[in-house]
Amino acid sequence: MAIRRKLIAGITSLLSLMLGGAVQAASKLNMRPGVTETSIEAFELHMMVVWVMVAISVVVFGVMIYSFIFHRRSKHPTPATFSHSTKMEVIWTVIPVIILVYLTIPAVSLLIKMEDASNSEISVQVTGSQWKWHYKYLEGDIIKNEISFYSNLSTPREQYENYATSGAADNVNYLLEVDNHLVIPVDTKVRFLVTADDVIHSWWVPELAVKKDAIPGFINETWTSVPIPGIYRGQCTELCGKDHGFMPVVVEVLTKPDFDKWLAGKAEEKRVADKAAADAASQNWDMAKLMTLGETIYASKCAACHQVNGEGLPPVFPALKDSAIAKGPADVHINMVVNGKQGTGMAAYGAQLTDAEMAAVITYERNAWGNNTGDTVQPADIQAFKAGN
Amino acid sequence: MSDHRPTGIKRWLYTTNHKDIGTMYLWFSFIMFLTGGAMAMVIRAELYQPGLQFVEPGFFNQMTTMHGLIMVFGAVMPSMVGLANWLIPMQIGAPDMALPRMNNWSFWILPFAFTLLLSSLFMEGGAPNFGWTFYAPLSTTYAPPSTDFFILGVHMMGISSIMGAINVIVTIFNMRAPGMTLMKMPLFVWTWLITAFLLIMVMPVLAGVVTMMLTDRHFGTAFFDAAGGGDPVMFQHIFWFFGHPEVYIMVLPAFGVVSEIIPAFSRKKLFGYSSMVYATASIALLSFIVWAHHMFAVGMPVAGELFFMIATMLIAVPTGVKVFNWIATMWQGSLTFETPMLFSIAFVILFTIGGFSGVMLAMAPVDFQYHDTYFVVAHFHYVLFPGAIFGTTAAVYYWFPKWTGKMYNETIGKWHFWLSMVFVNLTFFPMHFSGLAGMPRRIPDYNMMFADYNMWASIGAFGLGLTQVFFFVTIIMAIRNGKKADEKQWDGATGLEWDAMPTPAPYHSFSTPPKVD
Repeated sequence: MAIRRKLIAGITSLLSLMLGGAVQAASKLNMRPGVTETSIEAFELHMMVVWVMVAISVVVFGVMIYSFIFHRRSKHPTPATFSHSTKMEVIWTVIPVIILVYLTIPAVSLLIKMEDASNSEISVQVTGSQWKWHYKYLEGDIIKNEISFYSNLSTPREQYENYATSGAADNVNYLLEVDNHLVIPVDTKVRFLVTADDVIHSWWVPELAVKKDAIPGFINETWTSVPIPGIYRGQCTELCGKDHGFMPVVVEVLTKPDFDKWLAGKAEEKRVADKAAADAASQNWDMAKLMTLGETIYASKCAACHQVNGEGLPPVFPALKDSAIAKGPADVHINMVVNGKQGTGMAAYGAQLTDAEMAAVITYERNAWGNNTGDTVQPADIQAFKAGN
Repeated sequence: MSDHRPTGIKRWLYTTNHKDIGTMYLWFSFIMFLTGGAMAMVIRAELYQPGLQFVEPGFFNQMTTMHGLIMVFGAVMPSMVGLANWLIPMQIGAPDMALPRMNNWSFWILPFAFTLLLSSLFMEGGAPNFGWTFYAPLSTTYAPPSTDFFILGVHMMGISSIMGAINVIVTIFNMRAPGMTLMKMPLFVWTWLITAFLLIMVMPVLAGVVTMMLTDRHFGTAFFDAAGGGDPVMFQHIFWFFGHPEVYIMVLPAFGVVSEIIPAFSRKKLFGYSSMVYATASIALLSFIVWAHHMFAVGMPVAGELFFMIATMLIAVPTGVKVFNWIATMWQGSLTFETPMLFSIAFVILFTIGGFSGVMLAMAPVDFQYHDTYFVVAHFHYVLFPGAIFGTTAAVYYWFPKWTGKMYNETIGKWHFWLSMVFVNLTFFPMHFSGLAGMPRRIPDYNMMFADYNMWASIGAFGLGLTQVFFFVTIIMAIRNGKKADEKQWDGATGLEWDAMPTPAPYHSFSTPPKVD
């Protein structure tokens, strides 16, 4: 008796293990339902179509397989001679039409709902550029604080270049993590105004079922309202050049009090940063300090295109080593970094870096890799350049 | 009877013979198929596991772009033209194609066009890297200098395709044997006639869009640049007005092929011949009004999205009719499963699966979740590989004994089929799951959560690639040492090429028109 009970218990636990595994596997095989009303409805519609398609396959492939088995020459040596049947042809034209109408009705109503961004409480401008996102809060008190920031991939380059040896496999958010999350409040209709600086990008967060192309010169509108606080991750989904695979989207949803705290913190952070930048800019920096900071900035902002060794990937991404600009007049060099170059991947860093950071990276470029101009560019030079513009 | 033809290289350079030109098209497309396939191997090797192992992201983009361009314009389209050249005169009882000199030219443009395109891989700045859909402004302002070679290459391919299409139309309308009315033509001829009209309609649109790119790049226009009053989205509208009919250009002739093969091995007439013709024509007409379903995420007005969603779903109706007709052809037939039949059956099943994911993608609100993910990659490879390529493969096996008078080895043919069948599914089925899990297309590296599917897809792809090399060996073996084929190799085959022509097919097809009743 005891043995039998043990056996049954063993089998049951084995079965439940297998079932658990299957359920887990199934959740990995399918679309994630997500957390918003629209994402859940999209998921339900997806499941409805899947089951309709499965049902059709069973019937259609079933008939075919029946025919393979019972109408093969060895079983059915004399073929029938019919070659049309108006009745059948009408049936298999009408039935698909009915099925399609059945699928279209919920699709139409969901589409209309998803495209209605009216009555939003907060608007955020989302701007794609090669290869990062920029967020700017547009409404109410938020705009007074002028909260806007870039959101860059934070997975270290070391991890994707040396995946096996750098411990990247333990990083669950590998390539799906950024330095600054887009933060929005829970249960609030947030409108996103999506655009781009250079080429077309696409802003996608699967769990919110929001995907909208970011098109240079045009502004697209989309929205979400997230009922559950948490962190939701997505990626750019329109080929946008070399590092298309390296510009994730991360949205952090906070409770309303936490969001207010975050806003206040952001405003304070901006005040402190502005002051620090002003302090830094007022100092005269020595070469060593500029080079140290410059190297860090170069690695995070410039090396993706111009390469760590300064040799670039010509002709699209020119070399800085021995380049006319890096070894020529400082003003031209400053202009290139502050204003970028229209129509190329060279972005305008004027708003992305502080004056001190800019001075450091320019100094670095003018003295690294044997450029040895001996110039130092001071934060004051940058300020003077900007004032002159 | 002497054939009055030059020998050696001159035979191929100067030929105006539809069979020689067809042969060159088929070999050219096979070489391009292996070239584009080698690029797919690079892509799958890089994606075998997370991290960057073999190639830089920039080169990865060149590989995805060139793989797409070469497969679409170099492998699939020329293979269909090759079949048209071989088969149309034989099937309608004509001596040759109507415009034989133009036929020669339309083939010989292609090696030059693809030399131009492939040479860009060795240029400074690398090959085109903006995807086979070459969306502006990535393909204009931000593109490498080699883009101009790509533009000229596309122009040349377009000229070649248009000339090929004109030749098909003129041949079919003027050179049918007496008694071969339009509604008596074999379905392969019908599907090619419709394809040829699609080609003439849309290849000039492609030529237009690449010319606009060229002037945007070099002559100061701003068609696709918002800063100059242009619109990058307009590029997509023009491109997909070409691009959507293009996908039917690639698959309609394959519909024709399986509509010949399934009746032959079912030993039963094709079910619903006239509805097949009307369904093909409806698919072609609908293909002109559904293009923007590739663009649901660009921010179209809701009314536009609704229109394109509903129009797209309608395509399922004529496509369904075709699938049901093929099944009804097999129903109560007397089936045998030789290699061409196996490929045709796999075509029907796997193309239908690609059709199912097509209906899913058509539904705009869910498409936001599928768009530009691996789900799309899975979908179009299901309709292209087991669709267009299995269709061509089936055709080669089916007509091989008629063309060469020799027979391939049936056992090896079946091995080729089963290996292709297993690997094609192993490669492309997991892509549905990586797409649903959220993996965007055209990325060189990915998060761990997509790792399993990518590993399976890569293993499948390597197997699929090797299987095609195996196909090459099979065909060479059959040409060199194949057994002599029977006068009529397939007892269920019908049509002028089987009933009114000796085996192997003579160098010149019908010098006197056959009798058609």
